[in-house]
Amino acid sequence: MSERPVKFRGGGFAPTARRWVGLVVFVVLIALAEIGTRSGFISSLTLPRPSDVLQTFVDLYNSGLLFTHLLPSLTRLAVGSAMGISAGMSVGILIGLFSYVRAGLIPLVAAIFPIPKIALLPLFVIWFGIDEGSKYALIALGTFTPTVVATYGAVDNVDRTLIRMGQSFGLSWASIVRKIVIPGAMPGILSGLRISLAIGIILLVAAEMLGAEYGIGAYILEAGSLYDLERLFVGVVMLSVLGVVVSALIGIVEKRLLRWRN
Amino acid sequence: MDIRLSALTHKYDDFEVLRDISLDIPSGKITCIVGPSGCGKSTLLRLIGGLERPTAGQVLQLGDPPPDCLNPLTYIFQDFALLPWRSVRGNIALVLEDHGLTKAQIQAIIDDVLARTKLSDFADALPKQLSGGMKQRVAIARALAVKPAVMLMDEPLSALDSQTRELLMEDLVSLWSRTPFTAVYVTHNLAEAVRLGHAIVVLSRRPGQIQEIVHIDKPLEQRSHADPELDAKQTHLWNLMREEARAADAELLHV
Ligand SMILES: Nc1ncnc2c1ncn2[C@@H]1O[C@H](COP(=O)(O)OP(=O)(O)OP(=O)(O)O)[C@@H](O)[C@H]1O
Ligand SMILES: [Mg+2]
Repeated sequence: MSERPVKFRGGGFAPTARRWVGLVVFVVLIALAEIGTRSGFISSLTLPRPSDVLQTFVDLYNSGLLFTHLLPSLTRLAVGSAMGISAGMSVGILIGLFSYVRAGLIPLVAAIFPIPKIALLPLFVIWFGIDEGSKYALIALGTFTPTVVATYGAVDNVDRTLIRMGQSFGLSWASIVRKIVIPGAMPGILSGLRISLAIGIILLVAAEMLGAEYGIGAYILEAGSLYDLERLFVGVVMLSVLGVVVSALIGIVEKRLLRWRN
Repeated sequence: MDIRLSALTHKYDDFEVLRDISLDIPSGKITCIVGPSGCGKSTLLRLIGGLERPTAGQVLQLGDPPPDCLNPLTYIFQDFALLPWRSVRGNIALVLEDHGLTKAQIQAIIDDVLARTKLSDFADALPKQLSGGMKQRVAIARALAVKPAVMLMDEPLSALDSQTRELLMEDLVSLWSRTPFTAVYVTHNLAEAVRLGHAIVVLSRRPGQIQEIVHIDKPLEQRSHADPELDAKQTHLWNLMREEARAADAELLHV
């Protein structure tokens, strides 16, 4: 009789935290670009040299213009997405709780969701003025719809037996919403926030490209029109970093609020 | 406070689940309800607790609940229904927070029920850290905290392994012996029914009707694992149910 160990086939499908892999991927890609441009394998018209991009960034910092561009952008993102997300969460919860609100608003949200919001910028300029108002409105609307969809989906998924339990103990309606529905929907709401905020960043840049003196979008647009690839990349990298930071912040919030999960 | 069911009939659309159930649930006693699966036991319990309206007939409260009772009709669910984001203490606090009690009163009640269910050491644990038996003890503690007049228990031990079930049955017996409570206890486990029930109501297959009510007079604390008298009762129950269960099992599911 032959004897051999049973083959292991239970691996995979269980992602675990591997902290440094992400960083290594970045470092390798940047190193390849640096080596490629230095050796002439990649022409400087194709891709700017990473070290030049870094130098451009340092210059920008030294000139003091970095924060002139960064601060307005961060403010727009913060104000616009705070408005959109808080309105979206409220509407999402209402849709999740009331049949009439659901019947009335889900089609409306479905109709608004696929509109490229940037197409509405001229309208917003007329409504809210060329200044900050139209940018806030654009970002708010852009983050609103995905937040609504994520929130009512999350509310729908709250364990009904927990709600029944609350009712059977005579909890008030408000208590059931506050202590059972909202905490139960939190995981879904937070993962929706990741998408909403990424959309917020995209719209931020779009709005700034269409009419802003300062801001990351304006900086990128100016660099692009001059074919100044180093500055273009500085702008793009700032956006990526912004995205990573936002995602990390949500990760921290998730860790704190969802400690009960695993 | 007693409960009287008078001519309860319940239908989901045209699908009759319970037919003409009349039953008295005396206070201070455990009334078990057994019956083949799908005969409407859980539905009956939801009707008694006011989570659903009967199609016909009434559920009546006879007399007033005791004055310190916060939630007269209190459920214990098969799947525990604990909030995963609240600790043991927080889960019990949840059902006390809406009653205008002071913080100190709430803490005193929690400490008392945790001591009675031997959970004091686990007050700050989250549900995910607890075994199934522990979770059900938390649910029992939560139910005791509101000083119910009637406990409505829907297969409270079914999700547990047989050893844990045995331990929890002993816990329930000792809780009842110290302070007799009123309970309607739904189960499909006949051994549980004869260990815990003062009266055992046997339902027919759907539409559920009362087939027979078996009374057991032996005090709960004297009932033991392999008691011939209980075994005889259990055999009797099984004979009542066998044909019904077989027929219920062979029925097509309407979906
Ligand atoms: N909300 C509902 N809508 C429609 N039909 C339902 C509903 N709830 C229960 N039923 C049906 O009523 C019948 C009785 O259900 P119930 O859950 O009361 O049975 P049960 O005796 O508790 O069964 P089990 O032993 O499986 O727990 C089942 O056939 C079920 O499909
Ligand atoms: Mg049931």
